[in-house]
Amino acid sequence: MSVKLLLAKAHVEGIRGFDVYRREGGYQSVEKALKQMNPESIVEEVKKSGLRGRGGAGFPAGMKWSFIAKPEGVPRHLVCNADESEPGTFKDRYLMEFIPHLLIEGLIVSSFALGSNDTYIYIRGEYAWIVDILEDAINEAKANGFLGKNILGTGFDCEIHVQRGAGAYICGEETALIESLEGKRGNPRIKPPFPAIQGVWQRPTVVNNVETLAAVVPIINMGGEEYAKIGVGKSTGTKLISACGNINKPGVYEIDMTISVEEFIYSDEYCGGIANGKKLKACIPGGSSVPILPANLLLKTAKGETRYMNYESLSDGGFASGSMMGSGGFIVLDEDQCIVRNTLSLARFYRHESCGQCSPCREGTGWMEKILHNIEYGKGKISDIDLLWDIQRKIEGNTICPLGDAAAWPVAAAIRHFRDEFEWHVNNPLEAQEKNYGLAHYADPIHVPVTA
Amino acid sequence: MVKFSEAQLAEVNRLVARYPEGKQKSALLPVLHLAQDSFGGWLSTETMDYVAELLSITPIEVYEVATFYSMYNTKPVGKYMFEVCQTGPCMLRGSDDIIAYIEKTLGIKPGETTADGLFTLKTVECLGACGYAPMMQLGKHYREHLTKEKVDAIIDECKKTAGVLN
Repeated sequence: MSVKLLLAKAHVEGIRGFDVYRREGGYQSVEKALKQMNPESIVEEVKKSGLRGRGGAGFPAGMKWSFIAKPEGVPRHLVCNADESEPGTFKDRYLMEFIPHLLIEGLIVSSFALGSNDTYIYIRGEYAWIVDILEDAINEAKANGFLGKNILGTGFDCEIHVQRGAGAYICGEETALIESLEGKRGNPRIKPPFPAIQGVWQRPTVVNNVETLAAVVPIINMGGEEYAKIGVGKSTGTKLISACGNINKPGVYEIDMTISVEEFIYSDEYCGGIANGKKLKACIPGGSSVPILPANLLLKTAKGETRYMNYESLSDGGFASGSMMGSGGFIVLDEDQCIVRNTLSLARFYRHESCGQCSPCREGTGWMEKILHNIEYGKGKISDIDLLWDIQRKIEGNTICPLGDAAAWPVAAAIRHFRDEFEWHVNNPLEAQEKNYGLAHYADPIHVPVTA
Repeated sequence: MVKFSEAQLAEVNRLVARYPEGKQKSALLPVLHLAQDSFGGWLSTETMDYVAELLSITPIEVYEVATFYSMYNTKPVGKYMFEVCQTGPCMLRGSDDIIAYIEKTLGIKPGETTADGLFTLKTVECLGACGYAPMMQLGKHYREHLTKEKVDAIIDECKKTAGVLN
C-alpha cells in the first residue's frame, strides 16, 4: 500500500466543506508556516523536499520559487495552473473536486512564501462546475480567517481569485496561460524574460500546477527532509496518476513511486488489469505527449530490468527505448487497438490545439494529420512513413513553446516502435479497413544483449 | 439590443476588481462567458462590441480572443449542445461509435444544428474525463460513461426540459 499524502482523506464524508477538512487536520500547515516560519524557510523546506513540478516538466519546485525577482515596490503573483488539458490527465480535476481545501491550503502557504497578495487559479473553462467548488472553499477559508486581510493576525493579506479559461490546450503552457490571464489569445511568449522576472502584467510571477501546490501542505507539515524520504532517488514524495484506456479500473491513484509499472497495471489496488481479458499492447505512460511504448518495453527496460513508476525509470533508455513520467496521464491500449488510428487521433488533437504562431508547428501538425489520415484510410504510401518522420524531426525544437515537441514525440515514438504496423497498413489497405494489426510481437520478450 | 442587467453589470464590476488598476482587459474571458450565457449561447458581433465597450478595449481585441478559444461560439447554436470528446483516450473506449450514434439519432453532422434548433453536435478535444470515457459536455456539466441508451435518455431529458416531450 502506497503512502498517501494528498488523497488520504479525499473520501472522508463532507471533506469538501471547511469544518470537516479542518477537523481532519486541515490548515495546520498555514498556522505553522505563517506563525513559525518565514518565506525563506518555507522555500528552503520545499527545496529540501525534492518536489518536482507535477504538471509534466518535472522541474524542481523549490528552485523555481527561488528564481522569483523581488524588485522594490512591485507586487508578485502566484498563479495556479489548473488548465489540465493533456489527454489522459484528469488528476487535478479529481483533487479539486474531492478535496478542494487542500489546494486552497497549499495556495495560502505558497502565496506567503512567494509574497503574493493576489493569487490566481487559472482553470480550464470546461471545468465550469469546479469553479463553484473552489469559490465555495475560498469563501469558507475567508470566513474562518485563513484568507483575506491579516490572516491569523500575522499581518499577511491574501486573496485567491478563480479565472476560467475558454478551451485551449496551449494555455497550460505557463506563458500562454499568463497571456490568457491578461485577456489575450493564448500565444506563448518568447523566453527570456522568464515569468519569474516578468510574468503577469510584467510582474514577477510563479506558475505551478495544482498537484505541486497541494503537495506543499504535507511538505510543511512533515518537513522537507521527511517528505524526501518517500519515493526513490529524485522521484520524491507521492504522485497522482490518472489511469485510463483499456483497463478494468480507470481512475486517479496516488502512488509513492516505488511500485513497478507491471504492478500498477495488473494489481487490483490500481488498474486491475486489462479490460475484457485482453492483452496489453502498448501504453502512453505520462500524457499523450510522451512516447508510446510497446508492452515489452513498458514493463522492462531495454536492459531487461523492471520498469518502475517514477521519473527516472520511466525515462530509462531515453527516447530510444523509454518514455516519461510527464503529467501522470497513464493511457493503456489493449491488443485490439490500432496504433495508426491512435496516432492519428493525437495528431488531430495537436493540429487543433496549435496556437498558430510558429510555422513548423502550425503547418507541421496539420500535415502530419493528413498523412496519418491517408495511411489509416488505405491511401498511404511507404514513403509517407519516412515523410512523417522527417516532418516531426523538423517541428521538434523549432518552436517557441513545447507544443511542437509534444506534437512530434507521439508520431516519432509510434513510428520508432510500431513501424511494421504502419507498413502493414500501407501494404494491406483493404484488409486494414476491416481488421487491426493486433498484438503482433509487441509483447514478446526483448533480447537483452549480454555484456561482458 | 444587447445589454447586461444591473445584476450582471455588478458581476462584471466584481470581475474587473480582481485585477490591478488599468488591467480590466484581464476580465475579458470571464465576461465573454457571461455574455455568451446571457445572450443566446453565442457571441454576435453586437455582443462582442458591447463587451469591448464595457471593458474599454477595442473590438478587435475581443474578436481575436473570441475566435481563438473553442468554447466561444461565433455562430448561433442549438438550445442543447452535445460536445462529445473524440481524443485518443475517449476513442479507445468507443467515442467514435457514440458520435456516429448521435449523428444517426439526431440526423446531424458535427457542427450542425437540428432544424428545430434544439440540438447542436460538436466534436471536441480532450476534456479531462479520460477515465470516465466516452463522455460529452452538456452545458455546465459532464455526462460520462456514455452508452447508446444513455444518449437516448439525455436526448429525452433535453426534450422534456424544453417542453417538446411530455
